[in-house]
Amino acid sequence: MVVRERFEQELKEVQEQFIEIANKSVNALKLAFEALLNQDLETSLKILEDDLIINRLEEEINDHVILMIAKQQPVATDLRRLMVLVKAASDMERVGDYAVNIAKETIRIGKDPLIFPTTNLQTMCNKTVEMLESIIKAFTEEDTAHAKEIAELDDYVDDLYGATVTLLLRAGAENPAHISQITHLTFVCRYLERSADHATNIAEHLFYLVKGKHYELNN
Amino acid sequence: MVLGVKEENTIVKSIHTATKPSADVAKKIVYDTRNLNLWYGDHHGLKDINLSIYENEVTAIIGPSGCGKSTYLKTLNRMVELVPSVRTSGEIVYRERNILDKSYTVEELRTRVGMVFQKPNPFPKSIYDNIAYGPRIHGIKNKKILDEIVEKSLRGAAIWDEVKDRLNQNAYGLSGGQQQRICIARCLAIEPDVILMDEPTSALDPISTLKVEELVQELKKDYSIIIVTHNMQQAARISDRTAFFLSGEVVEYDKTDVIFQTPADQRTEDYISGRFG
Repeated sequence: MVVRERFEQELKEVQEQFIEIANKSVNALKLAFEALLNQDLETSLKILEDDLIINRLEEEINDHVILMIAKQQPVATDLRRLMVLVKAASDMERVGDYAVNIAKETIRIGKDPLIFPTTNLQTMCNKTVEMLESIIKAFTEEDTAHAKEIAELDDYVDDLYGATVTLLLRAGAENPAHISQITHLTFVCRYLERSADHATNIAEHLFYLVKGKHYELNN
Repeated sequence: MVLGVKEENTIVKSIHTATKPSADVAKKIVYDTRNLNLWYGDHHGLKDINLSIYENEVTAIIGPSGCGKSTYLKTLNRMVELVPSVRTSGEIVYRERNILDKSYTVEELRTRVGMVFQKPNPFPKSIYDNIAYGPRIHGIKNKKILDEIVEKSLRGAAIWDEVKDRLNQNAYGLSGGQQQRICIARCLAIEPDVILMDEPTSALDPISTLKVEELVQELKKDYSIIIVTHNMQQAARISDRTAFFLSGEVVEYDKTDVIFQTPADQRTEDYISGRFG
């Protein structure tokens, strides 16, 4: 195999590793939220355990890219493609961490009945997952137009986050006996919002890859 | 899929302004090549070359074999005239005079423009005589002045400490990397304005290559350097500007940072990424 073909082959392997970490992280987020709604402690514990796989995948991507840079010394788009894969993998690994954080909140809440309506949180989770799944597709297809649309959805998640936190604070004031659970749910709210931010980050990485310049897609 | 320019301007805010450098009004131009064409017999070797080489910079010329990069380098000191079938049109303005004008003598040009070749080519003489050769030809006989020139040139080529105790030994006894730096010192001895380098490290080991690259970085403070190299990383490491030649044409010429990060032409990107060449 000629050197260039080997580079293309290895690049494909890293891209496949990225898709794997991305899918695992988004699935972890979905599962963690479902486990919260169902107060499923067993699944939550499993999410904590499986995060090690996600962490290891990120390390493998980093190692693979570093080896490619050392061996092939890529430049221009090739180099940017590798760098953004590392950064995007890091973003997805963080999403995996937020899934772990949500699982930990579920474990802390335990079997106490949820006293706060979860509709807003459910909507936030759905929108965040939609953003993440769409950005994985746009990123792999290098579709900047779609990535821009996805990043714009972050405003919706941010607004919902602000409104939900306000409601949670009010609920906390009205139900001081349940302040602990309200606090845990507020953290969950925050983790979902941060996960959506990582979709925007990946969209920005994609713009850098394609255009070679840094863009702020969502102020 | 990529956003259209208009769409992008309206909905996407770039946090950096354009990376393309503006015209270097403050930089002095050493060589200004204007509409240069060159033929080897019927073969059109250089096609409409327009290139400005700036003072106290390292300009790298890259491109696949046979693209005309060495030919272009050799037009800058008119060495290309050694090939009988060569003819040229256009101008190469060096310090405001067209060097292709026959009134411009080769001897005059080559006292201002030194050259270092791919393989070290010291004379079969002592280290001292290698360096003193040029100044002697130019009439300098005074031993004290020659001693000063030899030391200054060897220091300038970062090899003084390695050879100062064996100046009378034959230069052939030195390593390849040392011989190349002797050749650079020999070039410095005539106090040129420009140094042309034709793949100066391609025959050297990595450590010697590193030393020559470090030397180039030092020398550009006092000289303007034009280097032909097949080594992409070398061009990226040591040059300020890079010209990409292909089939006798300049495809792209820009700051090296731009060429190796965001080249404008797909052919440049393909070449530096190893897709051809």
